[in-house]
Amino acid sequence: MTGAPPGGAGDPLGPVGEHGSPGIGAEVEGAPALDLPYRRRSRLFRSSRSAAVASTVSTVAVLGGLIVAVLVAPGSRQVRSTYFNPHDMWEAFKGDPRAGFYSVGKGIVINIEMFVIGEVLILLLALVIALVRQSRSPVLFPLRMLAVVYVDFFRGVPLILVILAIGFGLPALYLPVISDQSAFVYGVLALVLAYSAYVSEVYRAGLNSVPLSQVASARSLGLRPRTALRHVVLPQAVRTIIPPLLNDFISLQKDTALVAVLGAVIEANRAAEIYSSTVFNYSGYTVAAILFLVLTIPLARFTDHLIAKDRARRLAGAT
Amino acid sequence: MTVEAAGDARAHGAGASENALRVEGIHKSFGPNHVLKGIDLAVDTHQVFCLIGASGSGKSTLLRCVDLLESVDRGRIRFFGHDVTAQGVDEVLVRRQMGMVFQSFNLFPHMRVLRNITLAPTKALGVAQAEAEHEAMELLTRFGLAEKARDYPDRLSGGQQQRVAIIRALAMHPKLMLLDEVTSALDPELVGEVLDAIRELAAAGMTMLIATHEMGFASEIATRVCYLESGVIVEDGPPDQVFGDARDDRTRRFLARVVSSGRL
Repeated sequence: MTGAPPGGAGDPLGPVGEHGSPGIGAEVEGAPALDLPYRRRSRLFRSSRSAAVASTVSTVAVLGGLIVAVLVAPGSRQVRSTYFNPHDMWEAFKGDPRAGFYSVGKGIVINIEMFVIGEVLILLLALVIALVRQSRSPVLFPLRMLAVVYVDFFRGVPLILVILAIGFGLPALYLPVISDQSAFVYGVLALVLAYSAYVSEVYRAGLNSVPLSQVASARSLGLRPRTALRHVVLPQAVRTIIPPLLNDFISLQKDTALVAVLGAVIEANRAAEIYSSTVFNYSGYTVAAILFLVLTIPLARFTDHLIAKDRARRLAGAT
Repeated sequence: MTVEAAGDARAHGAGASENALRVEGIHKSFGPNHVLKGIDLAVDTHQVFCLIGASGSGKSTLLRCVDLLESVDRGRIRFFGHDVTAQGVDEVLVRRQMGMVFQSFNLFPHMRVLRNITLAPTKALGVAQAEAEHEAMELLTRFGLAEKARDYPDRLSGGQQQRVAIIRALAMHPKLMLLDEVTSALDPELVGEVLDAIRELAAAGMTMLIATHEMGFASEIATRVCYLESGVIVEDGPPDQVFGDARDDRTRRFLARVVSSGRL
């Protein structure tokens, strides 16, 4: 988990820049079957019934194979009792203050808090960074440079190092206010700083996807740049960036677990860590993983739904 | 510059004040590409001024310079006597008094037709929404598009979209309309309805500067025609003279090519 880059954010950007149509690039990972050209699809599956049979058989074969592989493995019993022990899973989920360990179930609520607060701040900070980078005014040149350095820096440094630097570095400065915050605040701050770099690039791709002719048209009508941005450019940009934006937020949801390295924030991952070091059983991590899946899968499905809707709109000839 | 300021400038203007638009020796380059090489022209009020010439001759760039969408490298543009290329002029206020219609319509795809038309009056001029909508409906009715008010632009034909673009510009009550090859992106059968809309504007006395490839239309509607080649004005005169008895060889050659391709 710690090695996971914050984002997958690079992926949606590529297609946006190349084709100006972010939906298409994102679709490939979302729903590959839908990407087959209509004719090829119909040749593969002549009727919907044979398609249903084919998908059922292949699903059973693949899942069955995986389960069998796990069950017949030499260490299967050991793994099941260490990672999937129902008793330990339940204990870790509800927690037990008297036994000295925290509830993973309560921990996930802290992850959700970090995610929600972080998301709002990221959307705002990233927009500011993107607009600064897009600006043409010579007065803003130093800010523009700063924005470029910022984005390069936070996209290049592993998120876990950012969290460590903020979480342990800022308190060590002994500055008023800045050094007096809780680990929760530092964790959220680190997530916001790192993710804003990614999300600002998503914004930028969206802004660039709006044709210049739209801007010329708004200017020719006598709209001020700010009015044109708000009513003409941003609404069109937002429509194209929602899928890549949601992809980043799926990553953010699970990357809140990295704040565990600060120790003092008892979110799901940290609670599981404490449980495992108390009881010497890793089932708490499994509970945390399941809870994260419960969070991220609905958002992933929703993103795919939006992409499919956008594709349908495009195919219908609307632009 | 406000409407009052423009009137003021006309009152105090120096001689040339009768012109709605006066372009004085403008030059424009894009990198090494010298597109406009000293253009002079004057458009009087209620005049329909047509710019003809091959693609790449600088017609569009000239219109974009007049609308202050491009800055000029050299020269001046006077709008009702007021130098709008001078330092310190608020370009936005100037653009509000000019209407520009583009070859590719450029309607806002995320807004319904009615909103496309009312956006600028409400957001730029502060007109009340109800009033702006009322006027937009009047304009839509005048151009036979009232039933399209609630549609999104992509539901409209090219000809309808271009007429909406014209209405959108008109809603700002411009004192000058700039039309940039407004029929070039249309299927042939849709050209007529857009030309009819422009005829109606001309009949209503609208001052217009039109870049066009429709020679027949230009000869019919223009009060003055100007032939551009490689960024210079080669010929400038009334349509009868330019189309019937061009003085310059280059104009005659251009018109001969147009005639042989069946467009005049």
